[in-house]
Amino acid sequence: MNFVVPDFYPASAEIFVALMALVIMLASTFARGVRWLGYALTQVTLIAAAFITIFTMQGEVSYTFSNLFVSDLMGGFLKLVIYFSMAVALLYGRGYLADRNIDKPEYYLLALLMTLGMMVMVTSNHMLPMYIGLEMMSLALYTMVAFDRDSGRSTEAAMKYFVLGALASGLLLYGMSMVYGATGTLEFSGIAQSVYNQASNQTVLMFGLVFLVAGISFKLGVVPFHMWVPDVYQGAPTAVTLVIATAPKLAAFAMAMRLLVWGLFDVAQQWQTMLMFVAVASIALGNVAAIAQQNIKRMLAYSGISHMGFVVLGLLSGVVEGDRHFALNAYSSAMFYAIAYVIMSLASFGMVILLSRAGFEAENIEDFKGLNKRSPWFALMMMFVMFSMAGIPFFIGFFAKLSVLQAVVAAGYFWLAVVAVVMSVIGAFYYLRVVKVMYFDAPDDTSAIHAPAELRVLLSANGLAIAALGLAPQMLMSLCAYALLASL
Amino acid sequence: MTDIPFLSLAIWVPILGGLLVLATGSDRNAPLARVLSLAVAVAGFVVTIPLYTGFDASTSAMQFVELQSWIPRFNINYHLGIDGISVLFLLLNAFITIIVVMAGWQVIEEKVAQYMAAFLIMSGLMNGIFSALDGVLFYVFFEASLIPLYLVIGIWGGPNRVYAAIKFFLYTLLGSLLMLIALLYLFMQSGGSFSILDWHQLPLPIEPQVLIFLAFLIAFGVKVPMWPVHTWLPDAHVEAPTGGSVVLAAIALKLGAYGFLRFSMPIVPDASQQLAPVVITLSLIAVIYIGFVALVQTDMKKLVAYSSISHMGFVTLGFFMFNQLGIEGALVQMISHGFVSGAMFLCIGVLYDRVHSRQIADYGGVVHTMPKFAAFFMLFAMANSGLPATSGFVGEFMVVLGAVEYNFWVGFAAATTLILGAAYTLWMYKRVVFGKVANDHVAELEDLNAREFAFLGILALCVLAMGLYPFPFTEVMHASVDELLRHVAVSKL
Repeated sequence: MNFVVPDFYPASAEIFVALMALVIMLASTFARGVRWLGYALTQVTLIAAAFITIFTMQGEVSYTFSNLFVSDLMGGFLKLVIYFSMAVALLYGRGYLADRNIDKPEYYLLALLMTLGMMVMVTSNHMLPMYIGLEMMSLALYTMVAFDRDSGRSTEAAMKYFVLGALASGLLLYGMSMVYGATGTLEFSGIAQSVYNQASNQTVLMFGLVFLVAGISFKLGVVPFHMWVPDVYQGAPTAVTLVIATAPKLAAFAMAMRLLVWGLFDVAQQWQTMLMFVAVASIALGNVAAIAQQNIKRMLAYSGISHMGFVVLGLLSGVVEGDRHFALNAYSSAMFYAIAYVIMSLASFGMVILLSRAGFEAENIEDFKGLNKRSPWFALMMMFVMFSMAGIPFFIGFFAKLSVLQAVVAAGYFWLAVVAVVMSVIGAFYYLRVVKVMYFDAPDDTSAIHAPAELRVLLSANGLAIAALGLAPQMLMSLCAYALLASL
Repeated sequence: MTDIPFLSLAIWVPILGGLLVLATGSDRNAPLARVLSLAVAVAGFVVTIPLYTGFDASTSAMQFVELQSWIPRFNINYHLGIDGISVLFLLLNAFITIIVVMAGWQVIEEKVAQYMAAFLIMSGLMNGIFSALDGVLFYVFFEASLIPLYLVIGIWGGPNRVYAAIKFFLYTLLGSLLMLIALLYLFMQSGGSFSILDWHQLPLPIEPQVLIFLAFLIAFGVKVPMWPVHTWLPDAHVEAPTGGSVVLAAIALKLGAYGFLRFSMPIVPDASQQLAPVVITLSLIAVIYIGFVALVQTDMKKLVAYSSISHMGFVTLGFFMFNQLGIEGALVQMISHGFVSGAMFLCIGVLYDRVHSRQIADYGGVVHTMPKFAAFFMLFAMANSGLPATSGFVGEFMVVLGAVEYNFWVGFAAATTLILGAAYTLWMYKRVVFGKVANDHVAELEDLNAREFAFLGILALCVLAMGLYPFPFTEVMHASVDELLRHVAVSKL
């Protein structure tokens, strides 16, 4: 036996997070009385992991663990955004969980394990770790959704999420096995090689591809695998909804990049056609269905479906008739969109948490009534978020839409761009309705808003960031392009 | 020329000032908010004066140009500049902002700071629209200016304000998003440039030209608004508070017309020439049909709103005849309409503040209780119907002359506006102002106070000055309009 010690260095962040998860597990057992410990350790872990990731990030692509693991700029950058989004989401959710008496250390343990799962997804170069990372993330999420165990709705949502999620994992595994059957390898670069040489059985490969696209669609939460999204978003405690709606979208984006772009780039024409349907259907259904919602979490769920449709639009504009020089432009615009969505999504669910208090869920759009009277500042912040999501300048959402539409137009899909913007106009209606409720209606409840100082400060910073990134989007845009440059 | 970035000042002084006003917060500080906004509005106007005094009317080149990289990733620049076509609109806009702040002084009692801030920010954004030379920059200002107006209509508007505000927003959004796709297409075709001036030189085959023209037509046509996409305007006008109506009529409508001159005609000249008959037909329908519609209105604000559509029809008509008289007349008409329609809405606002009704039937004999007001209203009503010696006459006369030059029957049809305009405006005037005192409300009316007298007086001076001596207004636009016509005459195929 020839045993080679793998190079652990590129995976330092993952190893560190895994160790810290164990530490928190121990702490939650032996120091149960110290309520803040789990939370504090998790935040410290996320921050430290960010530093480790920055220091171990390399310009060139390197592999380790027998090519199971890849370290590149795209992975590193996405991991940083994932830490950031998890840290913010946990901070927003803390007071909410405490009010409902479910701020147990285990919650933070699960959050950290979920983070680890996403990190593995983002950095995998092989179907196996991809699947393991995905399951790790999903199982932790299912449990988090059910964390408020006395709530029937949460339990129902968790069951739904679990059953549908398991089905999607099954589809994904099935697809992976077919791709393995067609190409004889599970490693992405090997798959790409085999597809490029046309050594694989095309029929089996296409079947596999369909299942892979289905699995990715489920994780992104796009039509026709979107059914879980509104129910889970609504049923889960808002703090958990916040988590589901943010970082996992980035992990799913990374999954799409690794599986489709890294592994199956040479059949891009085929998966682009599938994604075209997915994108149009998501943007259309998400925007139309959101209009009918009274519950703001459900509305944001449908809005999320349409936003993910835009990410898919970016993904499908990479290759035009075999011409690949659009790829960087298209994928970086999709990535920019995904990150912009995460920032907006954090703020939107953060606002829902802000208005909730012990025994009261600010779940309905009506609960935002007259917010301008109660708190002009936070009404302004929410207005930023809503206009940004609607794609109105000067907010980041506009530039996200601009870059994706630019990629779509560059790829020559004018009709797609027209459909997307017409649907955006329909979508603008429900965002405008939230603004209308906040600004044009009189409040039913005139009490001042009570929320922890850190939530207020961070939420304000988040709202202002949406405006500031809209005034100066260059930095984030070029970071996305730069991160992808070496990985394509 | 100095290096002071006057265009940036014209944009950012009102916006930053508006944010400052917003920061004064609750209505306890309302007096402070009012004074501060007036100061900002005046400062905003003062910084636009050098744009006129320092303007070189002998050249058609862009002046006061500022060019800075904004988003290098997509080659988007912070590129500003004005020519003879845009310079007057900046001044008009800054001027109207002062009037609006004065008009809202006592009338607005709730959320004063937000009200004033919305108008100031809107004013800055609109200056941005008139001076942007980068496609995305233009679009960004164009869209962003919807937000304050949406809030103004929705928060301080009438009973049906929510419907009107959302309708206004969605109509305009649909148009402008289609324009965005056209902009992206031009970006691609020009090899990665968003510069409007580059696009002016970009050769394009006829098919894309037509599609781009249609995208622009929808975007700007909704904004103008042209028949048949005008229906949002009467709703928005009726529900908006007086200040909102004034800005909407005086400035916002001009954005669409300005877009035709800056985008449609120079970027896709061949399509513009080919499809000019369509635009001319739509414009004539607006002039004549909407003129009749205005005649039967029972609500004063609605009547003036329809009269605005009819007058704007005159503007688009003037543009698409491609002759000097037509375009210059249309531009003069735009400025004049800014003064006159603004003044008309202010007059209606004066009555509404006292009686809280806009119905013509609720008035009668106002002249007996408000003689000063009646005199002003008379002047503006005359200007609205295009009486010689008022500003309304100059533009209409030039456009009619241009139309006759283009085609006698077009000119003939356009000229009917002089009759229709007089009919609906003066008939309304007669029913509101003359006759016996109609009811107790009218009997209790108080005449203009000093503040109202001041802003109506200033507008009256402008209307008369422009009517008697339009030379300073037309002088600055000659070179640019000449150049535009030369440019449009050259095929890009």
